[in-house]
Amino acid sequence: MKEIVVLSGKGGTGKTTLTGVFATLGQRAVLADADVDASNLHILLNPVKEYEEPFYGSQQPVVDQNKCTRCGVCTQLCRFDAIDHGEVDELNCEGCGVCFHGCPEKAITMEPVLSGHLYRGSTPYGPFVWAELGIAQEASGKLVARVKEVAREIARQEDRLLVVDGPPGIGCPVIASVSGASLVLAVTEPTAAGKHDLGRLLSLTRHFGVPLAVCLNKATLDEEMADKIEEFCREEGVKFLGRIPFAREVVKALIHRQPVTEGPVAEAMQEVWRRALSLL
Amino acid sequence: MIVAVASGKGGVGKTTVAVNLALAAEEEVILLDSDVEEPNAHLLLRPEIEKETPVPLLVPVFHRERCTGCGKCIEVCAYHALALIGRELLIFDKMCHACGGCIYFCPEKALTEGERVIGILQEGRAGKVRFVQGRMSVGEALAVPVIKKLREKQGAHTIIDCPPGTSCPVIQAVKGADFCLVVTEPTPFGQHDLRLLIEMLRVLKVPAGVIINRADLGDEEVEEYCRQEGIPVLLKIPFDLEIARSFAAGVPFVARLPRWRQAFSDLWQRLKRKGVRA
Repeated sequence: MKEIVVLSGKGGTGKTTLTGVFATLGQRAVLADADVDASNLHILLNPVKEYEEPFYGSQQPVVDQNKCTRCGVCTQLCRFDAIDHGEVDELNCEGCGVCFHGCPEKAITMEPVLSGHLYRGSTPYGPFVWAELGIAQEASGKLVARVKEVAREIARQEDRLLVVDGPPGIGCPVIASVSGASLVLAVTEPTAAGKHDLGRLLSLTRHFGVPLAVCLNKATLDEEMADKIEEFCREEGVKFLGRIPFAREVVKALIHRQPVTEGPVAEAMQEVWRRALSLL
Repeated sequence: MIVAVASGKGGVGKTTVAVNLALAAEEEVILLDSDVEEPNAHLLLRPEIEKETPVPLLVPVFHRERCTGCGKCIEVCAYHALALIGRELLIFDKMCHACGGCIYFCPEKALTEGERVIGILQEGRAGKVRFVQGRMSVGEALAVPVIKKLREKQGAHTIIDCPPGTSCPVIQAVKGADFCLVVTEPTPFGQHDLRLLIEMLRVLKVPAGVIINRADLGDEEVEEYCRQEGIPVLLKIPFDLEIARSFAAGVPFVARLPRWRQAFSDLWQRLKRKGVRA
């Protein structure tokens, strides 16, 4: 089973738009959205939900106030400022359980936290797996791993390619989404920030030994910067899959909650996908 | 006054707003770039970096000679960052959250505190703007400890450029701010992620106002949402090739467009007067 993960480092360069275009190409694929704290691909794919599972990503202490003597051992032990003499601050808590293990009165139990939901559904383009992290919840990396696990299972059973729309950044959820990928398709833009963040993403994929190929979205906004990024890819020996022009039609398609299917942007994105698939 | 600049969706203009606001404020402000995975504010502000400080994370150090193989450390580690094979303890640094549990509870004191560097803080100045950014090392997973360290640098007037999204790094960056400027774009993606961020801010009890970027490229739904929720729309920035090209080249657009310097200066004044209710 092959797996392409669409990433960018910098947010807002067009990961989801590009993944939406891929969906329209009629490839046998499973689609997944690994941007669990701000998922958007479902807006373009309009899935029919078929399955839903709760996600318990971490644990939090629950204090039995009848047993708590306010001794403050928990406060001393906690390195996250998350408990004060038996009063838990859920936003700071990282679920380590040190307070639970250390409480001399055994007044604390650790309870699972409902951190989000995972969904599986069908779309006109194939099976789709996505998730929603609860408001102000952590464990996004674990939820990404679960999304990929469910999507891979379908891809293996149905002998399909897996295409994953990834999160921005290079931290925990990105590392979870890169794990086990056949190819990272990086979408960048012709800005100083786009170039800077692509450099960090490239270091990350090299660190984990995953091949990376680059495409340049909104390329016509600044041709000079576009040349610099293509030059950067050449110097680094990174495959460059093409330039996609900037066009207002992309926003129009988005307003209609549909993948862009016509015009120069769609054509350039389709060409990028053909080249990406040829690298697998 | 601590003002966070955040957005659910990435690439909508957080850094542009944070840097232009810092430059247009009349006082000396501290600009903190808390997008430690991909810090970009320095590309616009171009500060002279004067000082670098490593950000260490506590990690356990193993002393084999004291270990009896009892397995208590494995039992208390909630992150599966330890594995014991006979009396050989394997420590998976990158899974460790530095809670100290294995060190506290080892009955033989076979684990002691050590440090591992997971990023750096870089401090400097550009004109009257004090600048501090966190940079997480590539390959590290935990942004939160770097942001926590960065927040210690905040002062009387601070603007925090936040990471995108709504999960732990954003919470760490926004928590305790007096106000959050939420940047969005008027598209279904922008609106969807705006709603998630507003809900997060309500949990954190941080008041919010919205800035709509590329305001003429989209529809009316974001404004309608703000009206319904009673959230003030404080500024609308149209899609403008000159603004887009300024950002591309790494130039803050208040430097090129005086009317925008005025607009950001006015916004700063409003924030100070707390004149930002819907």
